[in-house]
Amino acid sequence: MSLDLKDVAGIAHLARLHVTQADLPVYANSLSKIMAMVEQLKAADTSKVEPMAHPLAGQVQRMRADAVTETDNHAKFQRNAPRTESGLYLVPKVIE
Amino acid sequence: MTDLHRLTLSELSDGLKAKRFSSVEATRHFLTRIERHNKALNAFITVTGEQALADAAKADQSLAAGKGGPLTGLPMAHKDIFCTDGVLTTCASRMLSNFVAPYDATVVQRLKQAGMVMLGKTNMDEFAMGSSNETSWYGPVKNPWDLKKVPGGSSGGSAAAVAARLAPIATATDTGGSIRQPAALTSLTGIKPTYGRVSRYGMIAFASSLDQGGVLALSARDAAMMLQAMSGFDERDSTSVDAPVPDYCATLDQPLAGLKIGLVKEFFDKGLDAANDKLMRDALAVYEKLGAKLIDVSLPNLPLSVPTYYVVAPAECSSNLSRFDGVRFGYSCENPKDLMDLYTRSRGEGFGAEVKRRIMTGTYVLSAGYYDAYYLQAQKVRRLITDDFERAFKQVDVLMCPTSPTPAFDLGAKVDDPITMYLNDIYTIGANLAGLPAMSIPCGFLNNLPVGLQLIGGHFAEAKLLNAAHVFQRETEWHKKVPAAYE
Repeated sequence: MSLDLKDVAGIAHLARLHVTQADLPVYANSLSKIMAMVEQLKAADTSKVEPMAHPLAGQVQRMRADAVTETDNHAKFQRNAPRTESGLYLVPKVIE
Repeated sequence: MTDLHRLTLSELSDGLKAKRFSSVEATRHFLTRIERHNKALNAFITVTGEQALADAAKADQSLAAGKGGPLTGLPMAHKDIFCTDGVLTTCASRMLSNFVAPYDATVVQRLKQAGMVMLGKTNMDEFAMGSSNETSWYGPVKNPWDLKKVPGGSSGGSAAAVAARLAPIATATDTGGSIRQPAALTSLTGIKPTYGRVSRYGMIAFASSLDQGGVLALSARDAAMMLQAMSGFDERDSTSVDAPVPDYCATLDQPLAGLKIGLVKEFFDKGLDAANDKLMRDALAVYEKLGAKLIDVSLPNLPLSVPTYYVVAPAECSSNLSRFDGVRFGYSCENPKDLMDLYTRSRGEGFGAEVKRRIMTGTYVLSAGYYDAYYLQAQKVRRLITDDFERAFKQVDVLMCPTSPTPAFDLGAKVDDPITMYLNDIYTIGANLAGLPAMSIPCGFLNNLPVGLQLIGGHFAEAKLLNAAHVFQRETEWHKKVPAAYE
């Protein structure tokens, strides 16, 4: 499994990561090595195996009463935001 | 009071009760040691001295009023992956280098409630992704046994802090070995409990089906004391298990006669070097002398745990870390020209190379056309590995094997080769994939560097593991060794 520069640029775009031109070959190299290691998985016979998403069998997601449990911490949480105005988060203009 | 750092957590607890010293004195002692040694070790990202002394004074009042519990007034450190209300919480990433957590993680809240005094937040691999603590935005942590060596990772700061006696105990987390491998490389006792035993609420997520909080300590008894207070059901973690927590300290001294120890055949094979193998055999001989029976067991799919992990963990990482968007919190790039530029540059500049590599690996294995071949196949092999463990635990009580293929390696030695670095976790990853509790305990030295023995138990068998570790520590002195510069 070998990934070229175009593959890596495509993955970086999907992952919303800016990767410099200089770094593309570095990632192409290491991601190719990782995927080559992962190829080992193909040797396992899994034709009759159910995929496992969670380590504890039989765990079910709990339900809770539909009641208000949290208090309003809006102002406190927003103190970590890089750009705000009147209690709103600011982003670059999306619609012209 | 010049020797308080020579005491274990349980000895400190006894000393406080007997009023031989106060919590303020103990806290000041460890803060002084941090001040003296942290520059060389880089174990702490943040030291919260003022708050610690205030909390210690409060603990002393409780103790004076006869109200304290077993942990009241005892100093500790938190891995910087746990959110601490009002205190910088960075996950050792530039992405969170300005993040003051607005709430406490459940683990933090519970230990606070138990009266423990936080000394500060420890360094780690960025977002817990690494096995050498070299991916931290705050620089690598050094191993107190040899400053040219890595302390292991990702909980390298917690390990170095406790090994150098800058804190008597610390929290840590383990996604693929991040508690056990640093424990082995710094001669500590580390425990990763069963998945779901310790709340993940407020513990910054890396791979949610694998992450589990635990302890790095000087002894099994100390680990039992703090794990007790951390464990138990939490409404706010949807994968927290609602089951009673046994009294871990009560069963520490149970005799081991008849204990069935499984030796993982696949891990005592060609990959293990002779000197390391010899230390394992010596440790196993101690157990035999205590009346345990050694039984060879085979887990044929276990050698596939590294490739399985490096699909599952990056997949979950890419999903979890998509929350960092440069908008609501965390690092945000300068002068974004549009929304896409804001996302890609904030993430590109905010994350380090290893984190980006894992996000991209995860994005790739989850992408259209590759999902079945990689992600689904890895989830199926994960079940095969888990079934292997289940079969083994029908024959034996505890599995034993090495924690790490080698003792601590040189700083910089593996940092450019991800595969070599990933293979470091070959012995530890299986327990995470199957959600099993596991420990590492000191069992000797190779070329003056510590080596750890790994114990793996069935689901919720923490008490059995702590018992087996504690009885071993009654018979051996390895866990009492201190690096010369920090005695």
